[in-house]
Amino acid sequence: MLLRHTPKEIKERTALRVNPAKTCQPVGAMYASLGINKCLPHSHGSQGCCAYHRSVLTRHYKDPIMAGTSSFTEGASVFGGQANLLQAIDNIFTIYEPDVIAVHSTCLSETIGDDMNQIAAKAKEDGKIPEGKFVIHASTPSYVGSHVTGFANMTKSMALQFAQKTGIKEDHVNVIPGYVEPSDMKEIKRLLKEMKVKNIMFPDTSHVVNAPMTGKYKMYPDGGVTVDELMETGDSSFTFALGQWASEDAAKGLDAKFSIPFDVLDLPIGYKATDRFIESLRKNAGVTVPDSITVERGQLMDVIADMQQYLYQKKVALVGDPDQMIALTEFIVSLGMIPAYVITGTPGKKFEEKIKQITKDVPYEVKVKAEGDMFMLHQWIKNDPVDLLMGNTYLKYIARDEDIPLVRFGFPILDRIGHSYFPTVGYMGALRLVEKILERLMDRYDRDISEEKFELVM
Amino acid sequence: MRKVAIYGKGGIGKSTTTQNTVAGLAEMGKKVMVVGCDPKADSTRLLLGGLAQGTVLDTLRSEGEDVELEDIRKVGFGGTLCTESGGPEPGVGCAGRGIITSINLLEQLGAYAESEGLDYVFYDVLGDVVCGGFAMPIREGKAQEIYIVVSGEMMAMYAANNICKGIVKYAEAGGVRLGGLICNSRNVDNERQMIEELAKQLGTQMIHFVPRNNFVQKAEINRKTVIDFDGTHPQADEYRALAKKIDENKMFIVPTPLEIEELEKLLIDFGIAN
Repeated sequence: MLLRHTPKEIKERTALRVNPAKTCQPVGAMYASLGINKCLPHSHGSQGCCAYHRSVLTRHYKDPIMAGTSSFTEGASVFGGQANLLQAIDNIFTIYEPDVIAVHSTCLSETIGDDMNQIAAKAKEDGKIPEGKFVIHASTPSYVGSHVTGFANMTKSMALQFAQKTGIKEDHVNVIPGYVEPSDMKEIKRLLKEMKVKNIMFPDTSHVVNAPMTGKYKMYPDGGVTVDELMETGDSSFTFALGQWASEDAAKGLDAKFSIPFDVLDLPIGYKATDRFIESLRKNAGVTVPDSITVERGQLMDVIADMQQYLYQKKVALVGDPDQMIALTEFIVSLGMIPAYVITGTPGKKFEEKIKQITKDVPYEVKVKAEGDMFMLHQWIKNDPVDLLMGNTYLKYIARDEDIPLVRFGFPILDRIGHSYFPTVGYMGALRLVEKILERLMDRYDRDISEEKFELVM
Repeated sequence: MRKVAIYGKGGIGKSTTTQNTVAGLAEMGKKVMVVGCDPKADSTRLLLGGLAQGTVLDTLRSEGEDVELEDIRKVGFGGTLCTESGGPEPGVGCAGRGIITSINLLEQLGAYAESEGLDYVFYDVLGDVVCGGFAMPIREGKAQEIYIVVSGEMMAMYAANNICKGIVKYAEAGGVRLGGLICNSRNVDNERQMIEELAKQLGTQMIHFVPRNNFVQKAEINRKTVIDFDGTHPQADEYRALAKKIDENKMFIVPTPLEIEELEKLLIDFGIAN
């Protein structure tokens, strides 16, 4: 009983968070930066920040995550980090030769008020940025928002600091996939290809943080959106932003600067959200839906119908990031299951409203909390247990103590593999989620059922 | 060794008053160290005769952390030891963190050691206590006594009251006490009575009323304290008196800050409204 000190009785808390369901802004910013081809993320702050953020990403992706740091000392904290960042930019372009350095701030550099825009301009002026190379930057203080906010900020920066308008309307669209796995980005690209939608996806971490082992080390794997593509985003005819929290800012920014219309959609997790994504593509990119996609959808529906009896009215507790939770809650409801508890660590009142709206017809009281924590979730579970947990690795403690099956989903997953390679978006992703949910529920059923009711065929 | 911090509204004359008073203490034979806690590094100019010196933080920037006490401490008028924290140029970095770094460094280097034989350490702190860094001199039992430089102008009194709120906070934890208000006169009507009343309401005393005299500016232009520039001038005696009063001061209290309405009433009762 690793969490044996968690009491069943719930007392109101105003400030304390125990086992928070979020992490630092720079983690998201670093991940987004890796979605640019030949880009080295750079942490403008003390070394410990960078070391932690790299290790979180490395543990989740099981791939080496490279990033630089301004290595603040006491002196840099007092005099500002300009000298350190200028030196870092010089060193990085000389030694590590990326095309782009994507700088994100930290709590320290934000608090002392370092102006990264001015420092980047000075680096350019001083000739520290070679021709054809770039420094972009995003403001990511961890005391605001969460890793999702950091991802959104860097995604917005990469769009607005690169995009140009040539005046020639291209026939491509922008797709901002949101804070999802490299496998998900690849799956979204596959759907776009099936639909024949010419697109620029950013960020795109597929084949960066899930690169193949070839026997030869590549500091910058082949994946990622290129600088040229990012520049062309200003000429796109439309922007599809998946996930309001992670992608809306970038889409709005492009609209404000280049008048590119956009649609902010839920992450295409589950058939309803995928339907809306496909429909938006059809309408806004002017394409038709090929039979191949209709077939995938039909296969998913067939499985859901076949296995309905094992899903119906099963209670689930969900923990994760807002965009994921919104889409997943809708999917869980559409499977006939009950999303009894929904928690995100990311702040945002509108999250609670949205979940309440999605679950308004669920014949059960649904508890939802933004800026919540797993301690609270555990207490809820102690008072009214669930059949299944879905969320990141940190849920395994509750799963073990309460003997509840767990489907790993979201960020971070530190103790299992698969998320880098098998998507949870689109109809095929939804099929994988259903498979995982059924696997856990039916294994549990087989474990617990009496001998006379034990069935060969289910 | 008594550790004294001087606070007050920006431009009220903290540095001038501190240095002139320190000159008085030095004349009495006291061994005094002045620690300037202002990024502008102009807290010891009069004692050093305008001598530019490396600040604590400058040496941190250029020589890493390998600093000797001699690099950052100069001997000024009457054997006073002068150090300046220094800090970043305006608009960058974190001056508050600079004060913390600087005072820690001075401690590490043994500037406060028994062997230095100091009678007094004076901290001259930047105008408003805008963040935690500027409260460093009164944290963790560093300075035990505080004097607030004030005048009869409303904003100066408002700032003094605000600083008292900070003192209350640190008095509970660290044991810092208010030694009194120093009125650096601006020739406001009823100034003496008003500051005496303010002091009374704060639970403290107006330790001295320094009359306004342009001779102070004259000495300043010559990069000297009044005592150094012309020890026979009556203004020099004012600073000698202030130095003596501080040396003999026995009244150390935790202030009772005023509500804004009370402060305004004070101004109406004594101020220009009359």
